[in-house]
Amino acid sequence: MAEILDYFRKERLPHIWCQGCGHGTVTSALVLDFDTLHTAHGRAIAFATGVKHAKPKLKVIVMTGDGDCAAIGGNHFIHAARRNIDITTIVMNNSTYGMTSGQYSPTTPHGMLGTTAPYGNVEFDFDLCELAKAAGATYVARATSFHVTLLQDLIEKALMNKGFSVVEALTQCPTYFGRKNKIGGPVELLNWIKDRTVNVKAAAALPPEKIQGKMLIGELHKVERPEYTATYAEMTTKIQRTFNDYKGGNRGCELNSD
Amino acid sequence: MAETVKLMQGNEACTMGALAAGLEFFAGYPITPSTEIAEMCAEELPKFGGRFIQMEDEIGSISACIGASLTGRKSMTATSGPGFSLMQESIGYACLCEIPVVIVNVQRMGPSTGMPTSPAQQDLMQARWGTHGDHSLIALAPGNVRECYELTFKAFELSEKYRVPVIVLTDEVIGHMREKVVLPDPRSYSIPRRAMPDSPAGYKPYAADPDGGVPLMAPFGQGYRWHCTGLFHDESGAPSGKATVGNTLLRRLDRKIGKNTEALADYYAENMEDCEVAVVSFGSSAMAALSAVRRARKQGLKAGMLRLKTMWPFPDKTVGDLLGRARTVIVPEMNLGQLALEIERVVHCDTEVVKLGKVNGELFHPDEVFNVLKEAF
Repeated sequence: MAEILDYFRKERLPHIWCQGCGHGTVTSALVLDFDTLHTAHGRAIAFATGVKHAKPKLKVIVMTGDGDCAAIGGNHFIHAARRNIDITTIVMNNSTYGMTSGQYSPTTPHGMLGTTAPYGNVEFDFDLCELAKAAGATYVARATSFHVTLLQDLIEKALMNKGFSVVEALTQCPTYFGRKNKIGGPVELLNWIKDRTVNVKAAAALPPEKIQGKMLIGELHKVERPEYTATYAEMTTKIQRTFNDYKGGNRGCELNSD
Repeated sequence: MAETVKLMQGNEACTMGALAAGLEFFAGYPITPSTEIAEMCAEELPKFGGRFIQMEDEIGSISACIGASLTGRKSMTATSGPGFSLMQESIGYACLCEIPVVIVNVQRMGPSTGMPTSPAQQDLMQARWGTHGDHSLIALAPGNVRECYELTFKAFELSEKYRVPVIVLTDEVIGHMREKVVLPDPRSYSIPRRAMPDSPAGYKPYAADPDGGVPLMAPFGQGYRWHCTGLFHDESGAPSGKATVGNTLLRRLDRKIGKNTEALADYYAENMEDCEVAVVSFGSSAMAALSAVRRARKQGLKAGMLRLKTMWPFPDKTVGDLLGRARTVIVPEMNLGQLALEIERVVHCDTEVVKLGKVNGELFHPDEVFNVLKEAF
């Protein structure tokens, strides 16, 4: 236990969000004492790609939200998945832009309210897990801030996967999303999330009408595919063998010493 | 290994200069007229164990470079006008978080898609003021192929020394022009190194002299466990909304570059001592300008040439002093008078500044500069 505590930024606990926010439940990782990088909005995966590609031995985790990952950073998300670069991406999806006070996001369900969707959301929402899978992610899973044990288990499995891994965590935003949509407080919102989900294993045995409109939780996709930085390293090793007598200009490169 | 003599283009020389400076990471997105730099990096970097990646856009490119630089790797990207615009937000991030990164901008005609890919020098102000918020950075402008090598090398030296993004501002002509270049023996110069802390114990990532000091930068993944954020932050790296913290941070960053302005001044001057009419230019426009000045001298006219290599921070005093004797200053540039604005700001109020802007996508002919020069006498 003492060893674990050594990796917490204790002065930053419990978390910085509103009371009852689901993000705090998902992520004690935000206060974990690693090298941490708070990037420009939407660019977390692109910055992480640079970190991982430049120093492949590092374990790289991205904490992101639905707006960050699926809207402004959507391009980086699908391309990181396509490359299958070894980054674990945890998407906290609260179906709204909570930090800017409740505008609709790419994951706000059709018809629901936001400050920029005062008459109900005209658009339709992304299924982020289907998106990640289609784009090439090799581990895709979903849980919620209600299903905490499942969430922990899936994050652990995602971290063990050598490739681009996505864990979507459905979270509650009682302050804006819950209030705007008159769902209630944190508890009611958690129940609302719970009722919208069904475990992927249970779903297999249920008739289609029972899973209509529900979001599947659990491990949704797992495949083996070559990982980007490993493939690149193989290529450089081969090239270096070919050019081992190369007397070019670069004398500063220390990557090989890793 | 001794000097090597090669026929090469400007973009190639930029890449060679970067490799000589120890480039280890390149992320980019294809855009003419800069693409040769990415192509050459893709080919050369794996030979040294370096890393290349073609990102999904220019925003991703600069972001990946910043991420790579945080791990201690020397990083570079190359682009042109539209891509340079896309990079601006993260250039500001690198300024605030003090991440060394080199950005080569091979300028082309704009705004927008413009006239691809004719030469231009329209990003001079964007290089300085493109990102939001007060910030300082460094921009260097090579005037020939050899200088593409030298100034890209220097860009890494300055970027690592001051922990600041450095922009190499070339243009389509410089980038694609081929010249004979004598490259120095790689053992004749030392590779720029980043100043690093000794140990994680008590490490404060942003502890520095408030009067423009440069903090020591620990690479990610070596046990320092520090937090890098685009929010204003205190010495420990923790975000802070305190008025005093933000004020101290921004003023330190401003002084970091500002107090070294004249030391950073780099230029080429010819016949400036006794000149009555001076021509000030940069990049490829300066080639035509120099030819015109030399012709004027042959005809007995007291003309002088000043070609700036350091564009930002703008060397106010150095330029003001050099132009002190001239009664007229002609500023040929492939834009509508961006450098001329700076010249007007630093010369004596009696000095006439002639804006010789050109935006038709063509390079200056020496006659164009010469005719204006002759009229000024």
